[in-house]
Amino acid sequence: MNSCTERIYNGLVKENPTFVMMLGMCPTLAVTSSLQNGFGMGMTTMVVLTASNAIISLLRNIIPDKVRMPAFIVIVASFVTIVQFMLEAYLPALNASLGIYIPLIVVNCIILGRAEAYASKNKVLPSIFDGIGMGLGFTFGLSSLGFFRELIGSGTILSHRVIPDEYCVKMIGLAPGAFFVLAALVAVQNKLRISKGKKPKEIKCCADCSLCTNECDELGKDFSDAVKNT
Amino acid sequence: MKTLILIAIGAALVNNVVLSQFLGLCPFLGVSKKVKTAAGMGMAVIFVITMSSLLTSIIYQYILVPTDMTYLNTIVFILVIAALVQFVEMVLKKLSPALYEALGVYLPLITTNCAVLGVALLNVQNSYGILKSVINGLGTAIGFTVAIVIMAGIRERNEYNDISPALKGTPIVLVTAGLMAIAFSGFSGLL
Repeated sequence: MNSCTERIYNGLVKENPTFVMMLGMCPTLAVTSSLQNGFGMGMTTMVVLTASNAIISLLRNIIPDKVRMPAFIVIVASFVTIVQFMLEAYLPALNASLGIYIPLIVVNCIILGRAEAYASKNKVLPSIFDGIGMGLGFTFGLSSLGFFRELIGSGTILSHRVIPDEYCVKMIGLAPGAFFVLAALVAVQNKLRISKGKKPKEIKCCADCSLCTNECDELGKDFSDAVKNT
Repeated sequence: MKTLILIAIGAALVNNVVLSQFLGLCPFLGVSKKVKTAAGMGMAVIFVITMSSLLTSIIYQYILVPTDMTYLNTIVFILVIAALVQFVEMVLKKLSPALYEALGVYLPLITTNCAVLGVALLNVQNSYGILKSVINGLGTAIGFTVAIVIMAGIRERNEYNDISPALKGTPIVLVTAGLMAIAFSGFSGLL
């Protein structure tokens, strides 16, 4: 398989950020109350991810290793600001319903995670396709969660009514429903993993949305050691 | 005075940062295994969010607004917060080793936590002044601490329960969080 299509397959299926890697949980839970919001958030993240991957890959030999994290954050934050302006101008309704979660894309672990794990080590073109693949995977995850939550919670698909109002479970569309839907998702995955003889999934103790990268394991280990010692 | 109390209660209980706004979920799920560590994390979050609300609102009011550069707020806030946490860590190490011992482990973990940036952005969005921002930050952080300590208490008891293997670990924690979110939605009658 050619490396570009391989990156897209990797992002959509093999390392799907929502279903497999379980990254970016804050926006996943917060904006998936409807299909439209989930899709909009996914696409916005994809644009930021692709653009920042491209720039970080271009600058990978210039940015000194010691200050790479702050440099990545500045690059990502600039793109988030640009995208926010575009949304304000062309899609004001979406911008209003996503609200504060648009600027919070800066601290989304998927973006810094891909910058750290892929874009800072690879050439420009594969990095761009890595961004597109991961972005599509995230969009797919958010859209499917949004689809089910909208269908069960308010009985509509893209605001077209399909289930009468009396039969809806309103709670699924509200904050507690987000936790329950995610719990069901992880439980189904664990069930499949256990039946294949693998270990069940854990959301790692990284404690920080932007550090869910390779360093996360080390940091998590240091952290649990330190806690044990106290 | 009345608006300040309302802001604090609203931030801490009604619009709880974890359970209704989904900010700071990673530490909420990751560091809630024991009450002691959860409380430590909560203290560190209170400290950092209050300080960062103060600093970001001062910078916003006196630098970004006069120079007409409010559109740069995301970039400025994230850098200020990252620098602040590093600075606080260094100061604590030098001046108060006891406090550093208690909070030091947690500080690097919350450098760019989404709750910290989220509060700073919400302060701007609601056009809060400096005092209101600090109160809002403090309230939000107290809400986080309450939620994470309750969660840790429940998890400690859950540990030895007979739970089906597929639900063990993360799923049951998420179900607990959902139930807590239902309970916390009862606070919406407070305001």
